[in-house]
Amino acid sequence: MPRRLLRDRRVAVDEWRYLDDAAEPAIPVQLANTADAGDSSRDALIVPFERWLRERESWHAHKGRLGVLLGPAQAVLDLVVDLPRLSLIAVQFPSPGEGRGYSHARQLRERWKFTGELRAVGCVRQDQLFFLARCGFTAFELPEAEIESAGAAFTTFSAEYQVSNDAGLAGTLRHR
Amino acid sequence: MYRYDAIDSALVDERVTQFRDQTRRFLAGELSEDEFRHLRLRNGLYIQRHAPMLRVAIPYGLLSSKQLRMLGNIARRYDRGYGHVTTRQNIQYNWPKLEQVPDILADLATVEMHAIQTSGNCIRNVTSDHLAGITPNELEDPRPWCEIIRQWSTFHPEFSYLPRKFKIAITGAPQDRAASLVHDVGVHIVRGPGGDLGFEILAGGGLGRTPIIGQVVREFLPREHLLSYLEAILRVYNLEGRRDNLTKARIKILVRSLGIDEFRRRVEAEWARIKHTALLLQDSEIARVRQFFTPPAYRSLADSDPTVGRDTAFRAWYRYNTHAHKIPGYRAVFISLKKAAVAPGDVTDWQMELLADLADRHSFGEIRVTHTQNLLLADVEQSATFELWQTLDRAGLATPNIGTLTDMICCPGLDYCSLANAGSIDVAKLINERFDDYDYLYDLGELDLKMSGCMNACGHHHIGHIGILGVDKGGEEWYQITIGGSAGADASLGTVIGPSVAKSEVADTIARLLAVYVQRRGPEERFLDTVRRIGVKPFKESVYATPVAA
Repeated sequence: MPRRLLRDRRVAVDEWRYLDDAAEPAIPVQLANTADAGDSSRDALIVPFERWLRERESWHAHKGRLGVLLGPAQAVLDLVVDLPRLSLIAVQFPSPGEGRGYSHARQLRERWKFTGELRAVGCVRQDQLFFLARCGFTAFELPEAEIESAGAAFTTFSAEYQVSNDAGLAGTLRHR
Repeated sequence: MYRYDAIDSALVDERVTQFRDQTRRFLAGELSEDEFRHLRLRNGLYIQRHAPMLRVAIPYGLLSSKQLRMLGNIARRYDRGYGHVTTRQNIQYNWPKLEQVPDILADLATVEMHAIQTSGNCIRNVTSDHLAGITPNELEDPRPWCEIIRQWSTFHPEFSYLPRKFKIAITGAPQDRAASLVHDVGVHIVRGPGGDLGFEILAGGGLGRTPIIGQVVREFLPREHLLSYLEAILRVYNLEGRRDNLTKARIKILVRSLGIDEFRRRVEAEWARIKHTALLLQDSEIARVRQFFTPPAYRSLADSDPTVGRDTAFRAWYRYNTHAHKIPGYRAVFISLKKAAVAPGDVTDWQMELLADLADRHSFGEIRVTHTQNLLLADVEQSATFELWQTLDRAGLATPNIGTLTDMICCPGLDYCSLANAGSIDVAKLINERFDDYDYLYDLGELDLKMSGCMNACGHHHIGHIGILGVDKGGEEWYQITIGGSAGADASLGTVIGPSVAKSEVADTIARLLAVYVQRRGPEERFLDTVRRIGVKPFKESVYATPVAA
């Protein structure tokens, strides 16, 4: 069954495919086969961070969309030169208490003006959606059982005290 | 004090709805223990030794009489008739039922209260000087800044899953009555080189397993940059603080491992990028918040001495339990929650209701919580203090011991807390029994005794003039004693005097320490000053010279 997720606050079928860290053939091999029908050169692929750093040059010829899977201890700064080429960054939350991804998202959106899909993956439950969205995430890989109902969590709170990213970075702190 | 507008009210109501649903999902098995733990902790709900413990936020220790009445009501309806005031100016209930917690939160919301971010790895209640706004030598009232930080830190989307808890304290007077030097961030209102008021920012203080005094990150921060600077500190901490080891996850460990200069460099670099964003505080917003903290309608009075012609009991209470006020004719009145045989910081439902009535009658309907686990009526007319004392005395709330040895700070200890190694409430009781002679207590003068039941240091033992730490020794409760700590502007960490002592020996050990002090002290010299002058050695020699008779 294809993976479903929440994207732009709607349920969507995920067209992206995650690559393993090194299990699949190296990219130049794939690129050599681009003439074959049914090849993967136009796929939307999410490349693990370390592999991306190793192979980033060879990925430039890939015709499909590209994304990177960013772990909590990995630095946004290392991806900055690649951002024009990346359509998606998937940010990992390996445990329920993990919080670095929130700062990664804000840095990507606010400092580096990343406009592609920011996806939260891992231990992601509806209870985090409000904060994740406010930090700039637009896609959420939730447990399948929650996908249909989780959308309500975007409106858990009707107001907020801080500047928000989901509303396109309103210009000032809330004034009353 | 600050009053909610429609936005504040909506947020608190919506939090109740959210938590009610989370509790339902947990009880229905839709959320695992671990997932629910992260959620309930953000609502001040711990699972403790006997029952859940619910910690209710009292922002910077300020309560209206209506709120205090509700706290009393909750103690009666959902608990066993009392609450426990904490060192971070909050109140804890030790016996609520998990399934009733959403109802408690709903009741709190009706009086503009909540339990948001009173536990968990997030920005906690901002604490401050309990004499804010009334102390004579304050540069500026810190409470508007507390409220500005409260709003900024509430449901902060980026900083709700920090490596560890994060505590901020603010003071506006030269005396530090908020223990700001042992907070993750301390904010001091100071006058800058140009004469304007702004902030000195410290970071990396903390107690617990690794006690450290905070260091200065920035000597002067113009006031409009307060939130952007805090945001820069928090972002550096959120990204770089350790998450692999719970005991090394506080910001103090990050500051220590980077060194203050490198930490400052990273914070300043981040700040430079965000200081001119929407975080820049507008004068209009500062003015809007300030209007909630304008002085109450003081009457025009002259100072008088209400103790003239009164008996010694009132005179002693007036001397120890009241404090100078900047407005002539007024006095700040401490309500001691340190009565012998009562757990330090405990207050009953009917006491809370009585104090709410007294606040309405004598102190503009406001009550404050102090970080020393007492309460305060901040604005009492001097001429009303005798009548007030009589009522407090009948209610067991006039123990004349503020600032003395028996005004102990004490954590809940082994009796309630699942982390504790040893009891603290029963040791407090033993100390109270041993030192029940007020003439002796008064002769000893200012003395901070602080006690924690384990090295998490909720009782701040490191910064007590005398500190007591409960330790587990082969399944028995033992106590390690430190001396020379201080929580004030001259903050210092105490020195361990030697091997720990058995519970039955704690009171006698303290008696020996005090005997050395009485013998060696100079004129007007506090215990702390004597320790600093002559060192730990004479105290240590006296304590361990001969076995304490158990």
